[in-house]
Amino acid sequence: MASVQISDVRKSFGGFEVLHGVTVPIEDGAFVVLVGPSGCGKSTLLRMLAGLENITSGTISIGDRVVNNVQPKERDIAMVFQNYALYPHMTVADNMGFSLKLRGADSNAISEKVKKAADILDLARLLDRFPRQLSGGQRQRVAMGRAIVRDPQVFLFDEPLSNLDAKLRVAMRTEIKELHQRLKTTTVYVTHDQIEAMTMADKIVVMQDGIVEQMGAPLELYDHPDNKFVAGFIGSPAMNFLEGTLKSNGGQPCVETASGAKLPLTMAPTASDGRPVTYGIRPEHLEIASDGIEAEVAVVEPTGSETQIVARIGTQDIIAVFRDRHDVNPGDKIHLKPRATAAHLFDKDNGKRLNN
Amino acid sequence: MSIVQASMPPQSATAELPSVWQRLRTNKNLVALWFMLPAAAFLILFLAYPLGLGIWMSFTDERIGRAGIFIGLENYEWLWSDTIFWLSVFNTLLYTLIASAIKFAIGLYLALLLNRHMPFKAMIRAIVLIPFIVPTVLSAIAFWWIYDAQFSIISWSLIKLGLIDHNINFLGDTNWARGSVIFANIWRGVPFVAITLLAGLQTVSPSLYEAATLDGATDWQRFRHITYPLLTPIIAVVMTFSVLFTFTDFQLVWALTRGGPVNATHLMATLSYQRGIISGRLGEGAAIATAMIPFLLAAIAISWFGMQRRKWQQGSDND
Repeated sequence: MASVQISDVRKSFGGFEVLHGVTVPIEDGAFVVLVGPSGCGKSTLLRMLAGLENITSGTISIGDRVVNNVQPKERDIAMVFQNYALYPHMTVADNMGFSLKLRGADSNAISEKVKKAADILDLARLLDRFPRQLSGGQRQRVAMGRAIVRDPQVFLFDEPLSNLDAKLRVAMRTEIKELHQRLKTTTVYVTHDQIEAMTMADKIVVMQDGIVEQMGAPLELYDHPDNKFVAGFIGSPAMNFLEGTLKSNGGQPCVETASGAKLPLTMAPTASDGRPVTYGIRPEHLEIASDGIEAEVAVVEPTGSETQIVARIGTQDIIAVFRDRHDVNPGDKIHLKPRATAAHLFDKDNGKRLNN
Repeated sequence: MSIVQASMPPQSATAELPSVWQRLRTNKNLVALWFMLPAAAFLILFLAYPLGLGIWMSFTDERIGRAGIFIGLENYEWLWSDTIFWLSVFNTLLYTLIASAIKFAIGLYLALLLNRHMPFKAMIRAIVLIPFIVPTVLSAIAFWWIYDAQFSIISWSLIKLGLIDHNINFLGDTNWARGSVIFANIWRGVPFVAITLLAGLQTVSPSLYEAATLDGATDWQRFRHITYPLLTPIIAVVMTFSVLFTFTDFQLVWALTRGGPVNATHLMATLSYQRGIISGRLGEGAAIATAMIPFLLAAIAISWFGMQRRKWQQGSDND
């Protein structure tokens, strides 16, 4: 196990820079998730960590060692690929033992380690099969087994669950997290799925266009997003954004939208009366109250545990989620009231957070 | 079959049975048969019939301009004691073995080279194909000049370099002639092997190499444990074709040496042509050609059983 330090790392392909100085400290034993929309550079960063891509500038250290010029095989890392990259002509056991075989370990030691990893992952009865004879979830586990057998300093996961169906994905998510709690190996996990990030990470690194937008614990990001991008990216259904201007409103600050609706705030930055802002409110922080903003119900989506209501305020759609079952139908007029303590305020132009 | 049965109502049904025509019209097997007919007719007319005729002819004493009579195995008995025939068998095996082995080695090397990132990749790949595209006889004539006893550019170059003091008699000396035709065949056959193996290489997922790199494999280990095993099915197919083409080669040798000197480069195909067409003894020529069939079947069988062994390719088998 080891800590990982990514310092001001840049990457260019040709003349085109895709990573613009990324710094991510990763503590020993942490589970760090790099998350962001496709093209944000998260996979590139992971591949640089693995040594599959060169580092244009900056440094990456594993433990105390700068690995910029260290060969992949000497970095003591193991990677699980999106398509698993299982060797199709080798059995499960051979796939898992391949790295040990290359290092010249003797066959007894290999089969012992393979068996141990297989037991952890419940693969013991599949050891003689070929990858083609396995289901998606089993292949995924073999790929993890191949990483475990190595007993590396760092595990790297590159979107490992995106080829699985929804149900299996949830199950594997739990399994990976459990595995990490058991092995406590430093893990860097790349995904585009913020739910995976939220549920698995000790620390989430949200990336966009080659920069780190924010990093922190999952709930920290959820409760205090640094900017509008992180606010919109973390959380499902996504945060609602309403444009408006700040009004001091005689000690009761609020954001007034173009249609005249007043959105409540607990506090506002000083001397900002009339400033154009974006008001952010999560769907679960809206309640139905008579003194709320009038909205017309467009769609009602019950999921059983909760009900999602898409409503229209003026021309803008707003999503609200309720645990209680309200009797509303499309076309109904409802009054939605944002909870002032849970409101987020962002600068309209640069999207930076303005309140607390 | 189940479709046919399903479309037929039970015998006991009181409803009117559909007419025979209607049943035939909706019978998928029958329709399929009609669709296969043109291809089948083509194959029978241009493949099965000539093959059958050739084999039949090898049991007759037919000559050009004179229908033969059945003489049983007499042609084969005659060939059995014919040293020139056995020489041609030896030549053919030597030619096939050496040329195929070298074509495989160079082809695989070229394919690995072309599979890398390099400037002008598409153009270089196209250039590699040139020997394959040029009509055989044209390249044979070019080689004829290259190997010419007086004007050979190879001899000329070597003399200018001071390595030899007189022209090499490429096509006039037994061993030089054999080497020369084999070299020409290799030159012609390498692109086919290289391009097909390249296509095979491109089906290997790059992430397998990345995974192997992280697992600690060196370049050679990646080739040995990933590339080679994943390429074997394609190698088997390519080499089967390559062996068949080489074994049955005729044009190149005929254009270069006509089997000479002193039959040193006579292959079974060229000998068959010489005996059957030039000398007019169709029956004997057909017997030589027919004698090639067991060798070809053996080559196919080897690759067939070689391919069957690879269990990992066969999916769906879950137990």
